[in-house]
Amino acid sequence: MPDFARPSTVDEASRLLAAGGWRVLAGGTDLYPGAGRGLAGPVLDVTALPGFSKIEMAKGLRIGAAVSWSSIAEARLPPALRALQQAARQIGGRQVQNAGTIGGNLCNASPAADGVPPLLAMDADVELVSEAGLRRLPLQDFVLGPRRTALREGEVLAAVLVPEAGLAGQSGFVKLGARLHLVISIAMAAVRLEVTGGVIDRAAVAVGACSPVARRLPAVEAALIGAGVCQAVERVRAGDVEAALSPIDDIRATAAYRREAAVELVRRAVVEAVA
Amino acid sequence: MIGFTLNGTLVEVAAPPTERLSETLRERLGKTGTKVGCDAGDCGACTVLVDGKAVCACLTPAARVAGCAVTTVEGETPELSRLRASFHAHGAAQCGICTPGMLITAADLLTRVAQPSAEEVETALGGVLCRCTGYRSIIAAVVAAGQGQAAQTPEGAVGAAIPRIDGAAKVAGDSFGADEWPEGSLVVKAIRSPHPHSEFTFGDLAAFRARPGVVAIFTVADIPGRNAFSVIPPFADQPAIAASPARFRGECVAIVAFEPEVEPDLSGFPITWTPLSPLVTPAEAETGALMHPNRPGNLLIEGRVIKGDAAQALAGSAHVVQGEMTTVFVEHAYIEPEAGAAWMDGDTLVIRACTQAPGMDREDTAAILGLPLDRVRIIPSAVGGGFGSKLDISLQPLIGLVALKTGRPCRMVYTRQESMTSTTKRHPAEMRGRIGCDAMGRITGMEFQGRFNTGAYSSWGPTVANRVPVHVSGPYFTPAITAKARAIHTHGPVSGAFRGFGVPQGALWQETLYDRLAEKAGLDRLEFRILNALRDGDASATGHLLQATGIHECLVALRPHWTRALTEAKAQPGRGVGIASCWYGCGNTALPNPSTIRIGLSTAGEVVLHQGATDIGQGSNTVIAQIASEALGLPLSAFRLIGPDTGLTPDAGKTSASRQTYVTGRAAKAAAEKLRAELLRRANAGEGASLRLEPGSVIVSDGGKTTRIDLATLAPDANGHALSCEASYDPPTKPLDQNGQGAPYAVYGYGAQMVELAVDRALGTVKLLKITAAHDVGRAINPMLVRGQIEGGIAQGIGMALMEEYLPGRTENLHDYLIPTFGDVPPIESLIIEVPDPEGPFGAKGLGEHVLIPTAPAILNAIRHATGAAITRVPALPHRVLEAMR
Repeated sequence: MPDFARPSTVDEASRLLAAGGWRVLAGGTDLYPGAGRGLAGPVLDVTALPGFSKIEMAKGLRIGAAVSWSSIAEARLPPALRALQQAARQIGGRQVQNAGTIGGNLCNASPAADGVPPLLAMDADVELVSEAGLRRLPLQDFVLGPRRTALREGEVLAAVLVPEAGLAGQSGFVKLGARLHLVISIAMAAVRLEVTGGVIDRAAVAVGACSPVARRLPAVEAALIGAGVCQAVERVRAGDVEAALSPIDDIRATAAYRREAAVELVRRAVVEAVA
Repeated sequence: MIGFTLNGTLVEVAAPPTERLSETLRERLGKTGTKVGCDAGDCGACTVLVDGKAVCACLTPAARVAGCAVTTVEGETPELSRLRASFHAHGAAQCGICTPGMLITAADLLTRVAQPSAEEVETALGGVLCRCTGYRSIIAAVVAAGQGQAAQTPEGAVGAAIPRIDGAAKVAGDSFGADEWPEGSLVVKAIRSPHPHSEFTFGDLAAFRARPGVVAIFTVADIPGRNAFSVIPPFADQPAIAASPARFRGECVAIVAFEPEVEPDLSGFPITWTPLSPLVTPAEAETGALMHPNRPGNLLIEGRVIKGDAAQALAGSAHVVQGEMTTVFVEHAYIEPEAGAAWMDGDTLVIRACTQAPGMDREDTAAILGLPLDRVRIIPSAVGGGFGSKLDISLQPLIGLVALKTGRPCRMVYTRQESMTSTTKRHPAEMRGRIGCDAMGRITGMEFQGRFNTGAYSSWGPTVANRVPVHVSGPYFTPAITAKARAIHTHGPVSGAFRGFGVPQGALWQETLYDRLAEKAGLDRLEFRILNALRDGDASATGHLLQATGIHECLVALRPHWTRALTEAKAQPGRGVGIASCWYGCGNTALPNPSTIRIGLSTAGEVVLHQGATDIGQGSNTVIAQIASEALGLPLSAFRLIGPDTGLTPDAGKTSASRQTYVTGRAAKAAAEKLRAELLRRANAGEGASLRLEPGSVIVSDGGKTTRIDLATLAPDANGHALSCEASYDPPTKPLDQNGQGAPYAVYGYGAQMVELAVDRALGTVKLLKITAAHDVGRAINPMLVRGQIEGGIAQGIGMALMEEYLPGRTENLHDYLIPTFGDVPPIESLIIEVPDPEGPFGAKGLGEHVLIPTAPAILNAIRHATGAAITRVPALPHRVLEAMR
């Protein structure tokens, strides 16, 4: 087994991965911190795989797992993806945005991953590839807990898929940290709204860094439906937000603060989404 | 083999495919302009362009750049050239360690946006951290480079805003501690305690020693000299390599030297840890088991200042306020982790490393290694930020030991985590007390008690304990005071020097209380301070009759800004304005701290300045030369600088205590005057004569008479100088008695800062809008460097106020430990006040530490003005602000 492989076909990648023991490398922004002069162990680089670095429209939107945050930020995408693009501009600095990938963000499974709430709000799925073939999972079934995903041995995340329904409407993302750049979120919220004639028909609301995995907030969504755009913020009830979350105390903030801040962030993300 | 284009040239390199590109560039291709600050993508210092895109080289697998074009700071592109000139002209590089990353990131921006706005620069460069400049000069430099403005570079000596004379190196990628090492150097790694307090035993060291590539292992048993150091010798207590038990997390207990070609792998090092319960807080420590047998109550020292009867004064006061303030460990977070190399030059051990104090490094290292002083030579590298922590030795005795014992050259580079865990911190403080004033608002008396967590070893604990009571009145006339500060040992990181030696902590307490006292007295907060400002002839808390007191001028200069800001704030909810003052004594507290400067004329007709004051980014290379140039009467362009180097330069003391401009400046002025007097004597010319250099000679013109002194005919001395003079200066101080009465400093500097901000009332976040800073520097030897110090000090004050908290085991990196980024430092307006001090060179006072002191309290005062919330614990993280608002 070689120490390093950069396969150029998905078949080759699947075959190699089937042997097990690989560390999958994309942007490297989560793998390198803590490493020595280089990465230990056999490393499989997915950045040369066809489709992995592309954003394509076909029956929804397909974002290759190795697409960088700056590519996402700079792509021409429907307004529903504005939340994702806003998140893309706030992940690390430009250096990290140029290297870090959407797939890496999901596989790293940090509770504070900025990419997750916007994707949850777009009802995104993930596409997983292995020698056994393709598998498609809703995002909320993929990220299982801190540093834990549904990836099976020999499987690699190939793409994030946003179904056509998830591309409707407009969205917004709000991030809260103790400094302006290069900051791990204390909490963040993403909201996507479908509005007809000034009235909200569909709402998708997600909050991150306030539970082991970022979560959708169904009670808040239900309350928003039928609201006029101008009354939307008032429909976001603190109890509905707080009930869905289970924040912890850490170095960045207290659980009590996160619970309270999340309410405000959801309200601001609603405003952002209709802006 | 990985082939790519590096700065326009095709290169092929045999590197493992996942090797960090930063490693490949530096170690295999010799391009050390790319700096490594964190190896985690947190600081951006290692930014390079890969096919035009900025990426962190530390996160980039070498194989990824195959076939690509890589641009480093060594490259020449039109954007880089313009940026280099602009950074130099704007003083945008101070220490220079972040500069390559800044330049490269800015070059990426300029290729995308030809003429970026300040806001675009801020966003684009947000991924690069700078700890020196406060970012504003960098923004200005990039904006100007985009607009193609020709860089203005004035000339002149004292008073001229000339670019730093070592600036060209800074914008080219200077040579720091990690950037030079002798061929074949061994790589030294340390084994450090993972516990705050733990016994340990070694297993089979011989077996580890026998691993391929391991050259030597050294433990406490191998230290040939006295294994105890301190920056203050009578307190020497810290081992270079600890015996069991380790007393703080990160303490070095063994070192391993590896052959250069192997990956230095410490896994499986045979050591068994038996953790013991640690003393975490000073409260526990005061009644806990003794960490040092001769220090009962784990008390390192108590400093005190007692003047008059404070209790009685307070009892008779019209208004009294009482309050507490708590601060935490603060990390210096310079972007350059400690690094250096050591080798034997005959019998002499040579150490080239980053440091603020080559003379002290030499003394401590010689003592630890059992060498006479003249067998140790310290050559400071460029220093990538210090701020107090590089005063204490770190790796010097470790690499010194390896070079001495193995006879082979060696080098060591701390990881970011090592740098953060093993070096000193700002003292956490628990402070409380009362201040009173009369019905008119005149301060009557103060009582202050401070308990400072000094960590495992002494370091600068005694200085902090002495500085705080001396300064805690602030620059206000205080007739009666009782102030005591105790430094207590715990199993925390060693607390040492950090810009201000405890005075910034004290200022947080006193300046927030003064706001409340002003309110009680019914006075405007600024007018209260103006009313109480120290004036010439007033006695300080130590009974020192003061001269050249510039605080009144600083506060008065802020008046129009204050009025405007208050009016603007009133109009908008959530807005607040705060003010705070500072004063700071320059040089050691009532202890000698001489500097010596040598200046010569070479036979070729150059002025050679032996400049031993370490320039850690603050600008002493430039300032000392400007002073010497002015005093000598020859232009700076004729100067060549030597040193610092303990083998070549006389001791100019340490770069600390805001002393270099003043103390070394006085020595430089005296040395230059001596040389000038010698030239005038030889020409038999009067005081008003002018000097001019020609190749090999000096021309002295006095009225109509011109005399040529032919330098080439004079017998050169040991340094090759035809003429040479040396002078020393030591501040005249009077020792403090048991009540802290005396004249601890000969020169004080003063300042006041005003902060305008907005508090998000729902989230508790603070947005700084503008900071106006008035600082009395006596005489601005170089106004651009003065502004650079002000902006950089403010940035650190912002961090201390709003985000910085070092928690051992939890914030040992630059993404959990937050320092201000581009977006966190608002526009800063500097008002330079010059109240000349008769003792300072050309009237100059120190500045380096003053600039940080008022920022944090002014921010807290503005938060209280905006919200009514009194914050009594920093950092004021959003959740704490929100809680205080309830």
